[in-house]
Amino acid sequence: MQLLEEKIRKAMAAGRPALIPFLTAGFPDSARFWPTLMELDGNGADIIEIGVPFSDPVADGPVVEEASRRALSDGVNLRDLLKEMARRKGLIKAGVVLMGYFNPFLQYGLQELARDAEKAGVHGLIVPDLPYEESGPMRVALNQYGIALIPLVGPNTAEERMALYAAEGQGYVYVVSVMGITGQRSSQAPQVAETIKRARGVFSLPLALGFGLSEPSQLAELPADARPDAVVFGSALLRHLDAGKSAAAFLARWR
Amino acid sequence: MKNSYFGEFGGCFVPELLMPPLLEVEAAMNEIMPAPAFQAELDDLLCNYAGRATPLTHCPRLSEELGFNLWLKREDLLHTGAHKINNTLGQALLAKHMGKTALVAETGAGQHGVATAAAAARLGMDCVIYMGAEDVERQSANVRRMKLLGAEVHAVQSGSRTLKDAINEALRAWIASQRTTHYCFGTAAGPHPFPTLVRNLQSVIGRETRARMLEKTGRLPDAVVACVGGGSNAIGMFHPFLEDARVRLIGVEAAGSGEPGCFNSAPLNLGAPGVLHGNYSMLLQNNDGQIEPSHSISAGLDYPGVGPEHAFLHKSGRVRYGMVRDANALAALMRLCRAEGILPALESSHALAWVLDHPREFAPGSHVVVNLSGRGDKDMDIIRAALAEKEV
Repeated sequence: MQLLEEKIRKAMAAGRPALIPFLTAGFPDSARFWPTLMELDGNGADIIEIGVPFSDPVADGPVVEEASRRALSDGVNLRDLLKEMARRKGLIKAGVVLMGYFNPFLQYGLQELARDAEKAGVHGLIVPDLPYEESGPMRVALNQYGIALIPLVGPNTAEERMALYAAEGQGYVYVVSVMGITGQRSSQAPQVAETIKRARGVFSLPLALGFGLSEPSQLAELPADARPDAVVFGSALLRHLDAGKSAAAFLARWR
Repeated sequence: MKNSYFGEFGGCFVPELLMPPLLEVEAAMNEIMPAPAFQAELDDLLCNYAGRATPLTHCPRLSEELGFNLWLKREDLLHTGAHKINNTLGQALLAKHMGKTALVAETGAGQHGVATAAAAARLGMDCVIYMGAEDVERQSANVRRMKLLGAEVHAVQSGSRTLKDAINEALRAWIASQRTTHYCFGTAAGPHPFPTLVRNLQSVIGRETRARMLEKTGRLPDAVVACVGGGSNAIGMFHPFLEDARVRLIGVEAAGSGEPGCFNSAPLNLGAPGVLHGNYSMLLQNNDGQIEPSHSISAGLDYPGVGPEHAFLHKSGRVRYGMVRDANALAALMRLCRAEGILPALESSHALAWVLDHPREFAPGSHVVVNLSGRGDKDMDIIRAALAEKEV
């Protein structure tokens, strides 16, 4: 079993959803990024998604886009990030996932990326603008190093398309809760439940629910048989950190 | 998806949430569009609403000066002032047949926004336009036109606040509104099937040019020249000539001010391959794959990417791609005004400038067609400012 799946199964065995915070590289600023990452790791994060900034993040809402813009103007880039991560390899207990758009990965070189990501302790990648049809070369490169390419599905993904992802996907499935962009409030609970139930019927991988989660009560609204195995927090966490509050305090509400 | 690539370029690099609507557009393009009834309805709109066929105008005075025959394909005479309406009428009609009730679109200078708003009004559809906040300020007349035509115009404040950010925002909006809304993409770029769909709708330009030229001269032109931003007027002009090996095809990119290292809009000449807005093509980007800002005096060419079929034709060598600077485009615009009494758009002036600046490229007596993709009325403020600056 891939390490990311293992992390989530372990949390589930303890009777709780796994916690997956998302932090844009270099956020809130270059001095506080690594301490914040370590604080997330020490306070219950099962997996941490590190956002690789891109100039044109089409799947993201204003909060993540702004974090991305700030990171780029601070000179954050993939090469330095992977070097820093390699230097700190083994210090992070949580599973580590890079989330970013395809072009920066492509320009890095897919083979080189897979090799350096492995050296940096990365267990998985999420590439929001890489649908099944275009994902072959990236998946082949990552698989050589045991790194998962995590599929992303949503309310409008038919079972036939889910099945395409299920045949190839690894780690976990990122279930988008809303027909929109990151940071948007989730749609009504019945619709989220419907998506999760459909995904449950197709995938054997654990399901992580993301986009627009900010309150634990949002999970309680879901029927017991349609609760996700893991939850992802992006915009809500970035807003929380930007207001000067601690990563530990954010995770405490969910533990 | 089928045939989503042109050689190595093209593809469909979008979030999974956009795959179902793109597959729906692809199916409609292949199944609804070829039907004779659809084509008849579109022809009627193009002829009796937009003003097709457009003339192929011979330029006697410039031809005399140049020593070869200069012809202009007059897309500037179309309703709303440019070739954009060929595409928006086709897509709006297709959307209607797909059961959609609204159009969403991006716009840079506002020409595609105006053409989309007009098509939506004509076909009784709602219309939402995303436009970079900087462009909203620069092109206020077109914003007012879109609103008059019933469109809702959103100023986009993110990123560089120009066309590329308007596309990002329109794609985001389409994720949420896809059930009722068609994304009326403005150029032959973006994710599959847009490069093919837009090219098919714009190919009427090349088909008419071919037929008129045969009618008037009994032969095909020796060269066909068009400006390239995203590349829809150029691919529409070139496509029907691709198999005619003896017809030289020349695309013209915007070089910006022309100073070394200046911002430009010439990804085929000065960029590198990469993925932006759903396709793999040539791009202005830095070594980390971040998109660089573009610049051109003509807002319609001001885009850091280019349609994937142009990247393919560039690589294969079938089409030659040159560059023209802001100042040369402006000079060509003035020369056409004085010599032939036609005010071309700054975009089309780039194509004209390349011909005027390279007369030796064309044999005496040969026939050269420039696609006059739009009229220059919209550019009056920019022209006035540029001329004032020159005099200072």
